[in-house]
Formats: sequence, C-alpha cells, structure tokens
Amino acid sequence: MTKASPDSTTVGHLLRELAPQVLGAVARRHDDFAAAEDAVQEALIAAATQWPARGIPDNPRGWLYHVALRRITDHLRSEMARRRREDAVASELWAEWAFVPPPDGEVGVDRDDTLVLLFMCCHPALTPPSAIALTLRAVGGLTTAEIASAFLVPEATMAQRISRAKQSIKASGVPFDMPAESERAERLAAVLHVLYLIFNEGYASSSGPNLQRTDLSNEAIRLARAIHALLPDDGEVAGLLALMLLTDARRAARTGASGELIPLDEQDRMLWDRGLIQEGTALVSDALGRGSVGPYQLQAAIAAVHDEAAQAGDTDWPQILALYGLLARMSDNPMVALNRAIAAAMVHGPEVGLQLLQALDADARLRGNHRLDAVRAHLLERAGDPERAIAHYRAAAERTASIPERDYLLTKAARLLAGQRT
Amino acid sequence: MRFMLMMHAPRGTGDYQINNWSPEDFQAHIAFMHQYNQELTAAGEWVDGQGLTPPGEAKLVRAGKDGAPVTDGPFPEAKEFLAGFWIVEVDSPERAYALAAKASTAPGPGGAPLNMPIEVRQVMSGPPTDA
Repeated sequence: MTKASPDSTTVGHLLRELAPQVLGAVARRHDDFAAAEDAVQEALIAAATQWPARGIPDNPRGWLYHVALRRITDHLRSEMARRRREDAVASELWAEWAFVPPPDGEVGVDRDDTLVLLFMCCHPALTPPSAIALTLRAVGGLTTAEIASAFLVPEATMAQRISRAKQSIKASGVPFDMPAESERAERLAAVLHVLYLIFNEGYASSSGPNLQRTDLSNEAIRLARAIHALLPDDGEVAGLLALMLLTDARRAARTGASGELIPLDEQDRMLWDRGLIQEGTALVSDALGRGSVGPYQLQAAIAAVHDEAAQAGDTDWPQILALYGLLARMSDNPMVALNRAIAAAMVHGPEVGLQLLQALDADARLRGNHRLDAVRAHLLERAGDPERAIAHYRAAAERTASIPERDYLLTKAARLLAGQRT
Repeated sequence: MRFMLMMHAPRGTGDYQINNWSPEDFQAHIAFMHQYNQELTAAGEWVDGQGLTPPGEAKLVRAGKDGAPVTDGPFPEAKEFLAGFWIVEVDSPERAYALAAKASTAPGPGGAPLNMPIEVRQVMSGPPTDA
C-alpha cells in the first residue's frame, strides 16, 4: 500500500499541499477551528517523520484526516477522563467520537475550503503579525518552528502568537464558512494584503543583517498561486501574483557580495530571471485586458515596465508616470505619491520631482519616514546640489531600520562628499 | 558559555565619525562586519547579533504615577552609544575576548583598525543541574 521511501522534500511539498484541504475537512466536521488546527498540525508532524521512512500512503489525504481526527479524539478522551473525576456527565459525548472513518476512506475535499481558511486566518479581527503566522501554519502547512525561524523569534513566542490568534477567531465567533457576498471583496482584499506582507517580509526583511529571507517570499508566491488557481478570473489576485513574480525576478541582482543593497538602476540585468518576468508580464497583461483595474495590477504593470528594459536607460518612464497617476487616483497613499515624484523627475527633470515632494512635507503619515529624505536626496543629487543631497542622505540613514539600506545611503553620501573634495 | 559583546561607538568626534569617511573606507568597514558575522556563523558560535539605529531618537523611559510611560532624552551630550551587539556561544571567556578583539579591529579611515571598545559580559544561565 505504500510507495518506496520518498525523500523528505517530496513529503514536505505534498504535506503542505494537503494541509489546507485536510484542515478544511476536519474543521467542517469538528466545528472547533482551534482544536482542528492543532490536530492537523500534529498529523502533519507525524507524517513528516513517518512517511520518509515507511513510504507515502496510497491515500495520503485520508491518512492525515484520520490521524487528525484520532488526535482530537485522544485529546477529548483525556479531557473527559479529567472531567469524569470531577463529575460523571460525559459518557454520551464519547459515543459521538467513537467512530472515525477507516484510514484509506476518501475524504470529501471542498475546493473552497482553502479559501474559507484564508478568509478565516486573515480575518480583520487579527493583527497583521497574528494573521501572517496563522496563515503560514494553517494554510501554508509550515510548522511553528519553521515560522519562528523565518521571523527570527523563539518558537515559544511564535506558538503563543498562533494560539492567541486562534483565540481571537474563537472570540469573534466567525463560522467556518465563506463570508457573505456583500463583504467578500473587502475580505479578499485583507487576504491579499496578508500575502503581500509575507512576500515583503521575505523580500526586504524589516530588520536584521540579511536583506532577504527568501523562504517567506517563496511561500507567499505559492499561496498566491493557490488562490489564483481557485479564483482565476479575479484581476487583483492575478495582479498580486504577477507583482510578486516580477519583483522576485530581480532577487539575484538586488544584493552584492557583502549583502549590500543594489538599486534598480545599478543592477546587473543579466541576473534577472527571464522565466518569472515572462510569466508575470503575461499574467498582468491578461488581467488588465479584462477591465476592473486595481492597485496590485497597476503595481505589477509598473514592475513589468521596469523588467522589460534591457538597460536602466531604456526604461519607459512616461508609461510608469502614467501608471503611478492612475494608482494615485485609486489610493490616497503617500508612498505612491513619493514614487510618482521619482517618475515625474525622470520624465520632466528633478526640479519637477522636488516640487511634488514639497506637497508631501505636510503629510503627517510620512513624518519620521526615511523614504522622503532618501528620495529628496536622490533628486537633489540629480539636480546638481550635492551639499543638500548629502544632508538628506544622512538624515535618511539615521532613520532607516534596515542595515543594508543604511549602508547604501551612507555610501551615497560618502561618494558625493569624496566628489566634492576632488 | 554565552557572552554578549557590546560595541560602543564613540560619539560626535573622532575616528568613528563615519560621515567623513571615504566611500572605499566605508565599504571596507561593511565588508569586514559581513565577513565577521559569516565567520561566527561558520564556527557555530553565532547566537544573535543586532545593529541598533543611531541614538538620535533614543529615549529613557520610566513609569509615571499611573503606569503611563514618561520619556526622557535623547541625550546629545552622551560620550558614546551602543551601536550593536553580538551574543556568542563559546567554550571559554578567552575565546570571547579573542572574538571581541577581532571585532575591535574593524577598519576605519585609511583601513586602520578602529580599536573600538567592546564590552564583554557573560550571559547568565538557568538553574544548575542537580548534583
């Protein structure tokens, strides 16, 4: 009944694909999401240790489902034993759990279960770090230890974060079901936002000496692919997946030998991943062709314009400026306004960009943010004002919490200073 | 044994005024730190290491009467500041001192070692095993 000793990578991939399906089935049957999630996690760990040695069962999904239900039964039994000592009510409750399906019995898989899980894990009642952790475990099938190591926190901390997230879900009383049609769009936006945060956490790690934690980016892309397969007609899902692929395509070119950050216009474009660029570009072109344009599609389109330029000098800046114009109309986001100022400077000259920045000085959301100083420094440098450029590069370096970015900004300032002295 | 190596950067004047370094000197400093971290990891001695943002926004915080935070600072007159730290797992205090000395030689202007002061403190452990 088993195939000959698979390697643990094969088992890992299979388990993470099955994880949301099994959890969906168990959560539907058991009605207690937190207990179901714990039980499935235990089943996944059991499979990860047993299958590489004994082979993959003929019906791996059935195996996981059965083991997870058994774990729930075991927990219930020990819980009942404890209670029996306290009072003698519980015997009929036991009967309900005495029957579990045979190990190879087929498990009904609802395609929508993965979506329901995502909606649940990315519920607006959760803080972003909680939603991220729960999504990676319940939908991504990662272990608590793996998630903890990706976020550089102790395992106990991550376990607590996940457990608190599940308590919040329980307290909010969300049923394990699709959100109502009226709130579907808003809830899907929350799901996409969580995936985008996971991707960014991997792509530009927010702290620590390493700029990229690639496993998280890969995981975000894998989950985005899964949603895209379930909702192929949703333009923003396609847009987010395209944005991730087009950004990830530049990964190898983005850092140097000492982990230093290399900006887009100085990257070796031969290192870009053509396959990812083609796939991302095709995705976003197809989505944009269907109408209902959204922010992820526009950001992906901008990334595609950058990626199609063989050299930085070939970049079609007028098109990027037009796309940022559309994006600015769609969302009142100061970061978009900042990027638009860069594009305007590339098309109409640095003075125009600097003028656009003046309007942002009053924006409270950018107060203390290093990006405004960094962009102003770039534009001042291009405008031939090294003295003020140096001051703003340094101010940005003082404020950023990213070590590679700080080093990059200080290097820019040092180069300008050296140029002034000669 | 675990030790914390704390890198104290002199403030304001002196060689650690990195704003006045040449780009090459600055690059060499970054490359040294990168190499140092990789060596610690390769030797299995790395436990943790973090760089801290500059002290421009540093605050001292105490609880007020109602428990709400009361902040003080920043302190522009402070002579030196904690720029970052490492926690290393080593067999002896001597090894921790050697690692600290290596970090202290991080290059500054003209590639000359900075000889930054590195404070070395043992990290306390849990309860001892029963005899």
